[in-house]
This record gives sequence, C-alpha cells and structure tokens, in this order.
Amino acid sequence: MQRIGVFVCHCGTNIAATVDVKKVVELVRFEPGVVFADDYMYMCSEAGQEKIIAAIKEHDLTGLVICSCSPRMHEKTFRACAEKAGLNPYMVEVANIREQCSWIHKDREEATEKAVILARAAIAKVNLNTPLQEGESPVTKRALIIGGGIAGIQTALDIADAGYEVDIVEREPSIGGRMSQFDKTFPTLDCASCILTPKMVEVNQHPNITLYTYSEVEGVSGYVGNFDVKIRKKARSVDMSACTGCGECQAKCPLGKMGKIPSEFDRGLRTRPAIYMPFAQAVPAVPVIDRENCTYFKTGKCGVCAKICPSKAVNYEQEDEIVTVKYGAIVVATGFDIINLDKFGEYAYNESPDVITSIELERLMNASGPTGGHLERMSDHKQPKDIVFIQCVGSRCDDEKGKPYCSKVCCMYTAKHAMLIKDHWPDTNITVFYIDVRTPGKNFDEFYRRAVEQYHVNYVKGQVGKVIPQPDGSLLVQGVDLLDNKQIMKKTDMVVLAAAVEPNKGVRKIATMLTASIDNNDFLTEAHAKLRPVESPTAGIFLSGMAQGPKDIPETVSQAGAAAVKVVGLLAKDKLKTNPCTAKCDPMFCNGCSTCANVCPYGAITYEDQQVRGPGVNETRRVAVVNNALCQGCGACTSACPSGAMDLQGFSNRQITTEVDSICR
Amino acid sequence: MQGLIDRLTALLSDGTVARVIGWKKGDMAYNPEPHMFETAESLKDFVYDGFCGANLSKMMIEASKLEGKTAVCLKPCDTYSFNQLIREHRVVRENAYIIGVGCRGKLDIEKIKKGNKGITSISGTELDGSDDIKIETIYGDKNISYKDALLDRCHVCKGKDHMIFDEVWGESKDTADQERFAEVEKIEAMTPEEKFAFFRNELSKCIRCNACRNVCPACSCRKCIFDNTKFDAQQKANVVSFEERMFHIIRAFHVAGRCTDCGECSRVCPEGIPLHLFNRKFIKDIDKFYGEFQAGKDPEAQSPLTDFTFEDIEPGERG
Repeated sequence: MQRIGVFVCHCGTNIAATVDVKKVVELVRFEPGVVFADDYMYMCSEAGQEKIIAAIKEHDLTGLVICSCSPRMHEKTFRACAEKAGLNPYMVEVANIREQCSWIHKDREEATEKAVILARAAIAKVNLNTPLQEGESPVTKRALIIGGGIAGIQTALDIADAGYEVDIVEREPSIGGRMSQFDKTFPTLDCASCILTPKMVEVNQHPNITLYTYSEVEGVSGYVGNFDVKIRKKARSVDMSACTGCGECQAKCPLGKMGKIPSEFDRGLRTRPAIYMPFAQAVPAVPVIDRENCTYFKTGKCGVCAKICPSKAVNYEQEDEIVTVKYGAIVVATGFDIINLDKFGEYAYNESPDVITSIELERLMNASGPTGGHLERMSDHKQPKDIVFIQCVGSRCDDEKGKPYCSKVCCMYTAKHAMLIKDHWPDTNITVFYIDVRTPGKNFDEFYRRAVEQYHVNYVKGQVGKVIPQPDGSLLVQGVDLLDNKQIMKKTDMVVLAAAVEPNKGVRKIATMLTASIDNNDFLTEAHAKLRPVESPTAGIFLSGMAQGPKDIPETVSQAGAAAVKVVGLLAKDKLKTNPCTAKCDPMFCNGCSTCANVCPYGAITYEDQQVRGPGVNETRRVAVVNNALCQGCGACTSACPSGAMDLQGFSNRQITTEVDSICR
Repeated sequence: MQGLIDRLTALLSDGTVARVIGWKKGDMAYNPEPHMFETAESLKDFVYDGFCGANLSKMMIEASKLEGKTAVCLKPCDTYSFNQLIREHRVVRENAYIIGVGCRGKLDIEKIKKGNKGITSISGTELDGSDDIKIETIYGDKNISYKDALLDRCHVCKGKDHMIFDEVWGESKDTADQERFAEVEKIEAMTPEEKFAFFRNELSKCIRCNACRNVCPACSCRKCIFDNTKFDAQQKANVVSFEERMFHIIRAFHVAGRCTDCGECSRVCPEGIPLHLFNRKFIKDIDKFYGEFQAGKDPEAQSPLTDFTFEDIEPGERG
C-alpha cells in the first residue's frame, strides 16, 4: 500500500476563489492510501516545496498528489522536489484543478466537487504508480532546416555560426523564398534583394551549411536528438559541379521565346524557358530543367541546351536521388503563400488582368520584374493613373471562403506600395479601402501616417462590394465609405488585392511526417503560446517564420534567431534524458500478431522468439520487444494491442481505467 | 463425400499429413462437430454436408504447433479467416495442408425446425445433393427447398473462390442474393433512441456463455482480456449489467479491421443475438472511410485501421 500525501494549492486566488481548498483537503484525507493532506497558498514556491519535503520525511510518504495548475506548468518542479526528498520523481501525480477546474467554473460548489473528483482520480493512479528510471540517448550534432526562405536562412546561419552543421532543404531550385520576390521592405524601404542576397551568398559559402535545393523531405523517423530524414533530391538535369551558371542554356531554350510556361517566380506575369533559374541572383546559380514542359523530355527531340552548354553540364539521364541523413533537431520554416482567390469572384481577379494581388504588384514594381520596374497595366501596358487597394481580402473573414485571422502584414505593405508609387509617379491617385489600419510595431504607425499625411493617399474606411470590368478597359469599383455613410462608385485603372496569407500547402504533409501539430488554419502550433513560442509540442521540432503564424520580416528574423538558440541548446548536449514512460510487453499475453509493430510510428517494436514460462505455459513463441531508446511513449501500441499485452509504463491500462472508475464512482 | 474421405485417407496413409481437421457425425443429422482425426480408421465418422457450417480455421492455431502437417477442410469463406490468422502470425502456413472444400451454402437448422416438429432424420444436404432436402419427422416426411433453409450469412456469400488452398475438393456456388449491408443500413436509419432500445433488447438476452468469443477466429488471443485478472474488465463485465452489454461492443472493437465477417458469432449464439451486425457496421464504415477492404482476402494487405497513409480522412470529415 502506498503512503500518499495530497497537497492542494490555492494559487493565490486563481484556485481558491472558486474552489474551497480546505474542503478538498478534508474530503481527500480519507481516500485509500492517503496518509497526509494539506493546503498552501503557493505550492510551487520555495516555502511550498519545503512543506512537501518535510511531509515526505515526517510521514514517510511513498507517493504525492499535487492539486494545482496544469502539469505542463509545474510537474517538473514537483518531480524535482520529490527527488530532493529521496522519492522517485515518477511517484508524483498532478491533478489539474486550475485550468481544468477553477478557471472554467463559476459555481463554487460545483468547482469544489470537481476538484475533489480530479484529486481522487490522481490518488487512485498514484496507488498503482511504480518508480521509473530515466534512460539516456545520444544527440546527433546536426540540424535540418525545412524551407530556405528568410526564416530558414537566418536560422541556419545562426546555428552554423554557433559551430554546428546545418542542412537546408528547399523545394524550389533556389533559396530565397518569398522575400526574394519583394521589391522594398517596410518600414525602412530598403530593397529586399539588397538585404537578402548577402545572406543567401553567406549560406552558400558557409562551411557548416549544406544546401539541398530542388529537394523535398520524403520521410522522417526517429526522435529528438536522433532523427533519420529521407531527402529526395529531384533530378535537376544539370550537373551542379560542372555548371558555371553562365545562362547560355536559358537564353537559347526554344521554349523561352514561345512564351508558354508561366514563371512561378513572377507569379505568371511573364514566361520562362524550360531550363531556367528562377531569378538572376538564384543560389545556387544552377538552372533546372522543368521536365513536364521540356520538349526533349516530352518528345525526345530538341536537346539544344545540352548542345550549347560550354561546360557540358546538361544531363538528361540524371535521376532523383534519395539520401538519408541523421539530425538532432529539425526546424520547420516552410513559409507561406497567399490564398487562392477563386472564391472571391466579386473582385473580378480571374476576369481582369488589371486586378492583381499585392505579390504581383511587388513583381511589377521590381526592377528585375517583368516590366523592369515600370508600373503598368497588364492589359494595355499603360501606366495606371488611378489605383484602388482593397484590404482584408480573405483575412478576418467570418465565412468559410476566407481565413478568420488577420494576415498582419497587409496594412504595412499597402502603405509601402502607395508611397512607392506616389514617389515615382506623384500624380497617381490612390485609394485604399480598409476595415482597420493595424500598425503595431516599431516605426510602423509613423510609416502609415506618412502615407496619409505626406503622400495624401486616400484611405476609405469601408469595404468594396464589387469590381466590375468596363468595356472601355477601366474598372468600376463599388464600395462604401462607413465614416461618411455613403456609397462609392469609382472608376479606376487598377485594383490591388491584399489577399490573406496562409501556410504553404506542403506544410500539412511535413507536419504529419514530423508528428508536429498544426491548428485549424494549418499553422504549426507552439509548445506553449507564450512561454515556448518557437518549439513544437513534439520534442526536437522547432518553428521559424510564417509557418507558425503571420509575421513580417523583422519578426521572422527574430523568431529565426530564437529557434536557432533552442536548436543550439539541444545540440550542445551530449546526452538527452529519455522519457521512462515507454511501452512494455508482457510476453505471457502477447499473441505475436505484429499489430503493435504496424502502428508504431518510431519503429521501436521488433519481434523475437522467446521462451515463455508461466502457469500452464512453457514454450518458445514469437513475442514483441520494445526498444526503450526508440519508444516515445505515444501509446499507439497499447490501444492497438488486442490482448492488452502491451502496456505503457506510467500510464498503464490499469492506471487509466482506475482513474476513470474513480471519476465515475 | 466418399471421394473426400478417400482423399483424406490417402493423405493420412501416405504420410503427407499427420492428422485431419474436419467434421464428425453428431448425434443428430444436423449437428456434426469439429473434430481432429488422427487415424485413417477414425475417418469413418467423417462427415461433410449442409450442416458443416463451423469454421475450422481457428483450430489450426493449436494444430499447426504440432509435429507434422495437418490437413484442414476449409470452405471458401473460412479461407479468409485462415489468411487473417497467417497475417497475425497465429498459424504456421507450412504446417497446414488446406483442402478447399466446395460449398453451396450451409443450412440453418432453426429455419428447418420452424414448422417441422419431431425431426428424426434429414437427408439430401450433401454437396452433390438435390435442390430439395428431405425431412423425416414422427408426423411424416416432407421436402423443403435447400435455398430456403440457408443460413442468413450465406445470402451475403463472399464468393465461391478459396483464398488459399493446397487442393480443392468439390464445386462451390456463390449463394449471395442479398445486399451485404442492408441489415446495417436498416439500423443506421433508426433514431438514436431506437438504436439504443434495439441493442439493449438484443444484448439483454446474452447469457455470457462466451460461445461467440470462443468460436471467433479473430478472438484468438492467448488470454482474452475478459479472462485476464490483470485487468479490472473481467470482474466488472461479470457483475455490472451495463458492462455486460459493453462486452459485445468491446469485442467488436477488438476484432474491427480483422473480422472477415464469417458470421460464426451469430451462428453459434444460443440466444440468437445478431452479433454480426456490430462487425458488419465496422466493415461498412471501413469501406466508406478507407476504401473497400476485406480482411483475409490477401494475407499481406495492411488493415486500414492499423495503417496510416497521407490520404486517410481527417477527424471531422466523417460525414
């Protein structure tokens, strides 16, 4: 029989205001196994912990139940406290009577009753607890960054500078990501390429960084400190070591002149050849052949690029290569895209070439863009004299077609666009329809006010209901001015939509491979929204950039650095403590059916022929064996096992049923 | 039938197999019982007719541990169960010699007994018998159609092909003439209250004889959790009526994705509880959510419930 001590925390008034703490103490005192029960204002404080240690010694306690906040907050504290008093740390259970009780109840009586029930469940469990020992596992001192945008680049540089090896896997032929498409950056208006390309070059030259461009993560196994990642290096059809990046091939590709293949980098505003580098400063400066469109791959004829390549780098026979690399930590920096606008027919995006998205505008204003930086309408190549910006297209959207969140960057980049246009072409008339203008951030509101006060950009509070292309080539914008309370009908030359951002499409697959959780909008979730914002709840997985939520470049770079520090903190360790709550097979009951091995995401279960002896049994049979170093204690095997032979230490089937039973008592 | 006995005798005599698992004549015409024959002489009691509904694949779990090969007679639907047992490493394929016996559907004695009191003998139920079966009762003789007396499960027959065999004896017939999931759909159409009332009524008949579990080829755990003192489920299931009803639901969960829908549970239930409905509902849902899957069709195939693919539906998409 255990000798259990129950400690009920007031948490100031956090718990005590709703839960009658004294009553909880009185009621749990008589639960089976309980020999001591007490309450205290702050159990986690130094004094609170000393109270616990004293009670362990005085009452010879073998198990503890702490009724307090979520175990995510202080389980560690109380386990360490138990250990100090000579108790195995896994003899401690936390009953969460704050987040799951006092904070969500208003009625004191109800809350008190629930607190007692939760305590009872924890007490019932401790009665079945057994001491567990943590093991150790080694750490592979290499990190993987998925995504080579500004987030991935910065994280990689920071980790590499700390002395650890880093690999970047980038899906596109070049690193650089979204930022490489931008023209200028707010609020300082420095040129995006000018600040990004030095970082791209640095990544390329850094002795600790290896680039896998035009590559994708195909599979992940293992666990924190010991991930095995399969990377598919898609066939570039160009030999990386031979190519000098001279660009002859793209200049001569016959498809380049035919104008059939839309350039992804220029958002379809111009076309590209089948052998191409996405942009001039691409890193690596090695083109790829788009095999889906290349005439040689489609018909077997052509071969111009191979013929004219001075260094004989074009190789049509190249095949995808799969490499498996070991990593200690993985950073997800997969970035964002803007939403598809098919559901927003009212803005006529699919009807008129003069209705464009903000990213398209970035390309149109960029000196390296399709128009050489000259702003013009795609329909007649005339310079627009009147431009309407529509904010919150799909952001802060109540219904299914958009996103519920604020995309955070649109207000600022629209002010930027308006000012840049006014700078170049001061007589352009610019109107911005907005719901709110949101400018929290250093020098942000000053930036926006400059657009209004110095540049006289016409900001209209209200939304646009419809954009109607007119026979004369102009666009009729129907909107509302909420401050003047009047309808607006306005002819304009160009409409720019601030489309909502969303996580890159591939993130769902990557999150699944990593068992990293994502939210309803496919943004990766943090281990704790406030206290662990760059870590995934899955150990060893870290978050950087837009993949975690909307943010601008300064925020992305800060978060990238934060993620790098967390990775370095992990890689700096030689050994990691492993979770002792691993699965264990009872060979007496094991059928040897392999169901558990089939469901194990960590490949931790193997089978061997074992001599099994027990009442009425003495035979050699096939039984499951768990590798404790690989098992992460997810419990998938225990629920899949038909005979109940597989059990999770620390969360055994009996412990869980006894908890449920005591709640339902 | 004599041909089958001759073949089995030859297999025993020339040492190909050490024993035969088949059916032995019962005390009545309609209750042959599964039996392990170890000598050629004992095969004189071997029988194979319309009442040999029992699925013998489960007996191979123990038999395949024995020295030498065991011949086992499996009907087409039984071979699914055997494949499933191979998949779960419960039988050793090499130790089995599978005679795929022909089948033209098996008979439900309860259907025959209805309106026919005092049966003394039944004939014409062999594989090569006629379309009618002859019933002799103390009140006189009567012919009834073989088809009318088929077990319910034979009306949703999975087909006449054996999924695994070493040799086939006799011709089989696909007896399916009903929609497999019609019964399930009928229950799905009920309101939650009606469903609850329906199952509460059915399950209240349960006497916990464990026949369903003992006959089920998927219920082949070395130690059933309901017999295992390590868990509290055992005691609870025995004393609490709510838990007793849960017994069948827990059992259905345990065999989900592994059940081949052989229908033995319903066939052996002395209370006539339609237990197969639980399993068939799971099968229907698996088909709907993960694409058609028949457990035991292919011993290599991964069951959708213990497999994961990126195409799997997400929670909330279950419509």
